[in-house]
Amino acid sequence: MLRCFTASLIFFAGGACGALVFARDDSLCRKVTHGLALGGTVLILIVGVAGLQGQPLDLLLPGILPAGGGLALGLDRLSAFFLLIIAVGAIPSTFYAIGYTRHYKGKQSGLGFMLNIFIPAMMLVAMSRNVLTFLVFWEAMSLTSYFLVMTDSDQAETCGAGWLYLVMTHGGLACLVVGFLAMSQAAGSFTMSDWVHAGAGPDARVRNLAFVTMAAGFLSKAGAIPFHIWLPRAHPAAPSHVSAMMSGVMIKLGIYGLIRIGFGWLGQGPGWWGVLILAVGAVSALLGVLYALIDSDLKRLLAYSSVENIGIILLGVGAGLLFRSYGLGALAALALVAALYHCLNHAAFKGLLFLGAGSVLHATGTRNMEAMGGLLRRMPQTGAYFLVGSLAITAMPPFNGFISEWLTFQSLLLSFRVQAQFFNLVFALCIAALALTAGLSAACFVRAFGIAFLALPRGEAVESAHESHWTMLTSMGFLAAACLTLGIAPALVLRPLSSTVNDFIGERPDLAFNWSGIAASNGFAAIDPFWVAMILSLLMLAVWIGLHAMRANFGRRYYETWGCGRAVQTAAFEYTAAAFANPFRRVFAFLYRSVEETEIEAHPESRFFVKTITYRHQSRTIIEDSVYAPIGAVVRRLAAKARTVQSGNVHSYLLYILLALLTLLLFAR
Amino acid sequence: MLRIAVTIVQWLVAVVGAPLLVGVIRKVKARLQGRRGAGVWQPYANLRKLLVKEVVISENTSWVFRLTPYVVIGTMLLAACIVPVLTTAGALQMLDNIILLMYVFLLGTFFLALAGLDAGSSFGGMGSSREMAIAALAEPTIMIAIFAIALRAGSTGLNEMIRRSVTDPLLLLNPGHLLAFFSLFIVAIAETGRLPVDNPATHLELTMIHEAMILEYSGRYLALIEWASAIKLFLFLTLLGNVFFPWGIAVTLQPSAIAIGIVTLPIKMGVLAVSLAVLETGLAKLRLFRVPELLSGSFMLALLAVVSFFFLR
Repeated sequence: MLRCFTASLIFFAGGACGALVFARDDSLCRKVTHGLALGGTVLILIVGVAGLQGQPLDLLLPGILPAGGGLALGLDRLSAFFLLIIAVGAIPSTFYAIGYTRHYKGKQSGLGFMLNIFIPAMMLVAMSRNVLTFLVFWEAMSLTSYFLVMTDSDQAETCGAGWLYLVMTHGGLACLVVGFLAMSQAAGSFTMSDWVHAGAGPDARVRNLAFVTMAAGFLSKAGAIPFHIWLPRAHPAAPSHVSAMMSGVMIKLGIYGLIRIGFGWLGQGPGWWGVLILAVGAVSALLGVLYALIDSDLKRLLAYSSVENIGIILLGVGAGLLFRSYGLGALAALALVAALYHCLNHAAFKGLLFLGAGSVLHATGTRNMEAMGGLLRRMPQTGAYFLVGSLAITAMPPFNGFISEWLTFQSLLLSFRVQAQFFNLVFALCIAALALTAGLSAACFVRAFGIAFLALPRGEAVESAHESHWTMLTSMGFLAAACLTLGIAPALVLRPLSSTVNDFIGERPDLAFNWSGIAASNGFAAIDPFWVAMILSLLMLAVWIGLHAMRANFGRRYYETWGCGRAVQTAAFEYTAAAFANPFRRVFAFLYRSVEETEIEAHPESRFFVKTITYRHQSRTIIEDSVYAPIGAVVRRLAAKARTVQSGNVHSYLLYILLALLTLLLFAR
Repeated sequence: MLRIAVTIVQWLVAVVGAPLLVGVIRKVKARLQGRRGAGVWQPYANLRKLLVKEVVISENTSWVFRLTPYVVIGTMLLAACIVPVLTTAGALQMLDNIILLMYVFLLGTFFLALAGLDAGSSFGGMGSSREMAIAALAEPTIMIAIFAIALRAGSTGLNEMIRRSVTDPLLLLNPGHLLAFFSLFIVAIAETGRLPVDNPATHLELTMIHEAMILEYSGRYLALIEWASAIKLFLFLTLLGNVFFPWGIAVTLQPSAIAIGIVTLPIKMGVLAVSLAVLETGLAKLRLFRVPELLSGSFMLALLAVVSFFFLR
């Protein structure tokens, strides 16, 4: 166990060193760094699986971080489950990168170096046991991911995205530091697990303050609304395998932190903790999918859809918190199982979709869906995998998203056991929000797959698109298989997951399952995903055989699409991504605040003959308009004021230093 | 053995009887409009006709277009396994969950919408976009109505829901029950593409939704999709009839109970079919952008059903 863990760190260290040693040779560097990173992540998987079996790992190295109690690492089942999530996201991503980064000339060294620090940093965040260790690895994870986002730093868009990410992640870090220090001060310990012992601990005010600040910090990493604004910029700018890891794995560590504080480190909280998280979850899920629905940048669409999925996860976490504050431990455990299952599922299908989008980007050179179309014929395998990912993310049976969304629905429906009418209504609204999210996300992915992969190509770059490198296809195939497996054999995950939750909050989830079926809360709900899949495929086969038996006409003739008598069909006749989203834009107009412009240029002879039509629309997001724009304006005004201090004169700077020193000495006597 | 036989029979009733239901609705509508109308068996003749015709496919389509009819009919046949038609004591208890049923319907819609986009015509795209919009906006109503029913039944299993309702003598005096019924009725109209949301008899470019999506289909593919639509209508009406007016459905496997179930099903379906036909004759199609208002109205009904439960318990 310890040996595997050490070996994994050695692999990553080797990868990082390799990146520096082979910096001159792009091809060798690419293979060495990603190969070693792949080895390291496979070892993470082994450590995670062993941890889920219940093998503990405790490591205290006082010498490495001299202050604050040394470097303290540990592995309980919850940490091990997140190591599993990291492995599921990172193994295919690193393997994919071997083929995908072929064209990143001259950037191999930086890319490989940062990747080999980023992945172990994520692992060590999940294993940290005291404040300083946690913050060090948290920051390492944030900084390396920033550098990975900045890979294409020669583009203005990337620089803006990277800067915004840096600001948001450090704002979040500041919140975390405040919370961590407040709790350490009040509890007198830097070890998180010592903070609250059996009801005794810091008084409620400190814990509430710590919960709010730390939740803000973790939610900004998770990308929940209103802290989501970095996601739709940073994910499209990063190389696709990095986007897959950031979106599939890194943002889950925000959820990890939230679960730790909500159920463990800060002890049991009042009901409003849960309501707060439920509200953030419902808003994130709905707004996330609504913005995904109208976006025509394929990767930005996926980024917004991550906001949505984080919202779904938060609904589970929030429900769990609320149930626990009402003493319904078994239901709390059920909600937590749903949330954690969705974390794992999201790592699989969002990873798959980002890798698919990366292949499309690689083959066509564009992320704009309005320029795509017909890719399924040109990239058959990528297209098929993308379809699997779309079905999984929209929670279609028999794929994995269905299981976790079903569990989330069941835990929300079971909320009627809470004896408080206000909270019952909150839950009813959350159910409605989740249902609307599910419907909208189906529309969103019909649009994503239908516009990008079906019908005729809308541009020349797309017409000459080619299928991807075999490493890329293998990685996507692996994730597609994972989506199916996790969907038809949920017991694989539910068994370790229920002991994880049992270890963590001391209650068994209200859930029974066997190799194929799941039953929630003693007959309240039961499904059998394996048989759903089997019966569905058997029925489809039976129909096909039945048609043959009935001597149906199996002749097939290819002809042009029916078009009301027009002479020739071009891609201009197709429905566009913007047109597909139009009904939604009209129904939810108050959220999008879109600005539309239509210019019609008529023929000089008659205004009934149109020469060109230009249509532009721009949607603004309500959060950015109403929250970030005022903050930005204030910051800018203050910065303008502060500029008067910045004279550029060395003497005045020396004076400032002197004054600062004197003040410090005065106060710190 | 009896259990399996009854399960197969009730599946066959739904699957084979569905086109008859469509025929009856068309016949009643025709009579109400002063026409003689085709016979009630006409949908079967249409299906047979389509099966002997060859398929004409657009050159632009991919395998998704050819797979879709099988997925759509597969999901509807699966849904027919889930819905209790004659008895709540069927053999397939492992599929018995109403949320699963809703997602199975959504899976069919998902593929139909993809197929609508695949041929590259504006009609198909328009149909897909509108169908997905209506499906998405109907989803919250469905879930809240399910919540309202599950609250009373203490289960999201369809069989258990019906078993609880059968034993409740004051069923129709329960405001939550009636509110949930009306909200699900509106949703059923929207989901099955009936008036006033969509007109199943139209092929006018600007008004069709479902028909626009499947415009490129012909031959056996069209037969499968029409059959699937008929099954969907049948299942939604069965669901409304059996969950909200559960009288007569066989709770046990006794032959007498099943016989009563077989007799009452046509009566309930007949009443619902006639009321649907009357409604379709009396109402004009709504403008597309008025449909969300209808659906949000039905959502409020469902929410009131839930609220009434919590405040009356």
